[in-house]
Amino acid sequence: MSTVRIRDLHKSFGDHEVLRGIDLDVAAGEVVCLVGPSGSGKSTLLRCVNALESATSGTIQVDDVELTDPDTDLDAARRRIGMVFQQFNLFPHLTVLGNITVAQRRVLRRSRSAAEKEAGSQLARVGLAERSRAYPAQLSGGQQQRVAIARALAMHPGLMLFDEPTSALDPELVGDVLAVMRKLADEGMTMIVVTHEMSFARDVATRVVFMDDGRVVETGPPAEVLTNPQHDRTRTFLQRILHPGA
Amino acid sequence: MRLRTRRRLTRGAAYAIFVAVLLVVAVAADWGRLADSFLRPDVAAGMFPGVVTTALLNTIIYTILAFAFGLIAGLALALARLSPVAPYRWFATAYIEVFRGLPALLVLFLVGYGIPLAFPDREIPGGLYGSVTLGLGATAAAYTAETLRAGIQAVPRGQSEAARSLGMSAPRSMVFIVLPQALRIVLPPLTNEFVSLTKDTSLVYVLGVTAGTIELTKYAGDALNQEVNATPLVVAGLLYLVITLPLSQLVRALERRTSRGR
Repeated sequence: MSTVRIRDLHKSFGDHEVLRGIDLDVAAGEVVCLVGPSGSGKSTLLRCVNALESATSGTIQVDDVELTDPDTDLDAARRRIGMVFQQFNLFPHLTVLGNITVAQRRVLRRSRSAAEKEAGSQLARVGLAERSRAYPAQLSGGQQQRVAIARALAMHPGLMLFDEPTSALDPELVGDVLAVMRKLADEGMTMIVVTHEMSFARDVATRVVFMDDGRVVETGPPAEVLTNPQHDRTRTFLQRILHPGA
Repeated sequence: MRLRTRRRLTRGAAYAIFVAVLLVVAVAADWGRLADSFLRPDVAAGMFPGVVTTALLNTIIYTILAFAFGLIAGLALALARLSPVAPYRWFATAYIEVFRGLPALLVLFLVGYGIPLAFPDREIPGGLYGSVTLGLGATAAAYTAETLRAGIQAVPRGQSEAARSLGMSAPRSMVFIVLPQALRIVLPPLTNEFVSLTKDTSLVYVLGVTAGTIELTKYAGDALNQEVNATPLVVAGLLYLVITLPLSQLVRALERRTSRGR
């Protein structure tokens, strides 16, 4: 499984500096949950890790590949980094099977039968083996997100990035997706997860990173950061999210 | 007077006016003469089968050739217009603005007479068919390019991001993920362009067609002169509608499907 090493990462959109110097290491098999208020830069940080956003300065290294090096083949690097989006972003014109096989066939040049076999085993992994002929529009949000996870897993990534994977789901569908992610974590996948699901962070994360205003404010095991936060900003945020009415 | 009564009276008056005008026209018109000028069965019969086997067929061939050229060149222009390379964008924008602003007839003259005058020792391949493809296709490409660009931009950004995150290169993501969705979105406007191109083939006669390359409008015009009777125009008009009406229905069906969200 992959390791991630981020040093002094800055990212600006025009005059607005979204990331103001991030240092973060993720060891192989670690599950890191990024939490923090909206606008704190969590999603931008995640999108920098597979170069969907290019860093303004600083370095990002996944295994021995430096994504911030202009000579790096980003297409090749992204094959080893799976990404799951808040809005699923399944391809609506392709069936579930087509969604999971298109990159295998066009990028990895696998044969149709090999790609479909791989897709079948990944669908079984997320509990959707029987829906391979359906189109995304015929699936519930939870099923779509699990297909999106299977689509990423079919490329055999060493690192999985999750960008608020349950935020667009109806509450009763969140559990299925989290269960799949939990299983993935148990199998030793390196994962970086942007999430507001504090119970998932508490139970599954090996480390929680609290971000605010483009900086890492606090980081540590979930038991420490979530139950005994050292910074005021972390405390205020957790209070708001755990007791929204108070 | 109550509002409801007044509304009914207004509605009734509108119907009455319509019926009255219809009656006046029906009584005043010289039906015998009209039928004699526009609907003479012997004149109509004399046009067949040539009007179908030659004229209608050529109209369809010209339309398809010009549309195919417009689609391919239009796709190239649309991609150039969205290219990160600035000169490609400039060229595409300039081409589109110029050719959307010129009358199709002028472009046809340019290709049919302008180019042969400028390069007398060379010929446009395909003879008249080549000239029509280029002359009508050059204009069609400009419209098609704008339609395709709109379609490509209507595909959510998350689609190409998902494709890129799977390791697909930008061109692969365009071909396998974005374009198939964009084409689906622009199928109704593209069909509309096909319909208007069908009608634009009536301009082809200015290039000087022969008995073998004649299309519907010229064919009808010639018959009109020969017979000194307007029936050929009616026959040609009906044959155009045979092509365009089903396509218009198709557009409507496609739009219904799109608005339902597949």
